[in-house]
Amino acid sequence: MVIDALSWLLLTSGGLFVLIGGIGALRMPDLYTRMHASSLTDSLGPMLVLGGLALQTGLSLETLKLLIILLFMLITGPTATYALGNAAAVSGLTPAAPDLEDN
Amino acid sequence: MYVVVSFAILLTMCMALARALLGPTVYDRVLAVNMFGTKTVLLLAVIAFFYGRTDFLDLALAYALINFIGVLAVLVFIQSSRDRSAAKVRGDG
Amino acid sequence: MLVIFSLFLLSMLVVTAIAIIRSEDLFSAVMLSGIFSLLMALNFFVLDAADVALTEAAVGAGISTVLLLGALALVPNRERNSRRKRYTFVYLTTLSAIVLAISYASFDQPRVGDPAAPVHQHVAPWYLEKTPELIDIPNVVTAVLASFRGFDTLGEVYVVLTAGIGVLFILGNSRTGVLPRRREPKLTSSLKNHLIPRVVGRMLIPFIILFGLYVQFHGEYGPGGGFQAGAIVAAGIILYALLEGEGAALRVLSPYVLVGLAVGGALLYLGVGIACMLLGGAFLDYSVLAADPVKGQQMGIIVIELGVGLAVTGTLLSIFHAFAARDQ
Repeated sequence: MVIDALSWLLLTSGGLFVLIGGIGALRMPDLYTRMHASSLTDSLGPMLVLGGLALQTGLSLETLKLLIILLFMLITGPTATYALGNAAAVSGLTPAAPDLEDN
Repeated sequence: MYVVVSFAILLTMCMALARALLGPTVYDRVLAVNMFGTKTVLLLAVIAFFYGRTDFLDLALAYALINFIGVLAVLVFIQSSRDRSAAKVRGDG
Repeated sequence: MLVIFSLFLLSMLVVTAIAIIRSEDLFSAVMLSGIFSLLMALNFFVLDAADVALTEAAVGAGISTVLLLGALALVPNRERNSRRKRYTFVYLTTLSAIVLAISYASFDQPRVGDPAAPVHQHVAPWYLEKTPELIDIPNVVTAVLASFRGFDTLGEVYVVLTAGIGVLFILGNSRTGVLPRRREPKLTSSLKNHLIPRVVGRMLIPFIILFGLYVQFHGEYGPGGGFQAGAIVAAGIILYALLEGEGAALRVLSPYVLVGLAVGGALLYLGVGIACMLLGGAFLDYSVLAADPVKGQQMGIIVIELGVGLAVTGTLLSIFHAFAARDQ
């Protein structure tokens, strides 16, 4: 019962973070800010969602598989973001300058 | 319980698709594909639990691998095509 | 619930397809086709077809994207402006007529998962009933693919091999024959100078290959099998080629080894069939391979899946090197 409630909490907050990342990727003004939004939530969202799923099955093979998936996503997510940011910077894409016109 | 999460993930996938359609530079599209890939992994895991078929988690792992390799491949090819057009402009190669 | 998933996934599929057609920049078309493959894999998954979803994800979203990018490196980046305006009306009318006809016909289809549907009536119950008795492996899809319809799968392996041969004939270096010559390409991979992807990638490659072997041999118990495993192992070697440069990958697995793998896998499959004939049974009748017919079936399935995996790995890597080695 407690485990179900905790799992529901983790799953819902994971879903919320994933959604926030999506909104950020859509509404942010520039490539670098969009990358920031999506990559951070790509680490936190899966941690919460897969953790919530792991609580559902207790200690078993599925939990081990979920942990392996999570570990894999945590290792490759930031690497892909780094490679993307580097490629964008090398090709000359500059961050959008903030609007400092007034005051 | 899984319905709420899968709904959130599906909405985020729609947003990633919108970014892939809109993004002015090619890097925006690569970002959108990467995001779409990680959301697919999550959705696969959630639906596997939803249907009760937990032996389908192998697909999520395979998909996470393929997504990473795909994004790196795209970046290498974009860079090499820029190098090649720059070399052509310079006159060698 | 299935309705909501399908609604989202299928509408995203339509949007992606329209965007692929309408985009003029070919790089974005390739990105969007990667998304299209993912959506198809999710559709298959939602319909409970796990083997097909795994194959679509591994081959469609991973390998196809890499091969399309390799092809894109050889052609200009934008689509040539064709004369679109003239026959647009005719195309649109024909297309709408076809769409309306198919939509009208789809009202006669049985509901998804309906047990009284005709597709569930003829051979499907027979396969489901006979598999525990004749073959005794949990994954019925592999049993059907490898044993009951083994001849079909033999044909598929030879189709994959033929595709590889075709690509090698077209794209091979004409001075040295059909295989790419072993040399350092002029433009090496740009990731060679970046430490982080190189370290992470090199750490991951053994696990990717190990996972490919797991999928290969686990195909009898869960989703998996030769085609998926071949694609995953090929993806691992392609990752090595991306990180260290294509010349290094050719030193690891030379073109002769790749062709040997492809042809060897196909011949292994054929050899199992011939061995069954020599032992007294029909072609590809694995029951005669061991004293106990059930064990014979299982052994036959393991060996032919291995053949399929080797053939797919060899072919995909040969095609990748044929694209990447050309005109550097």
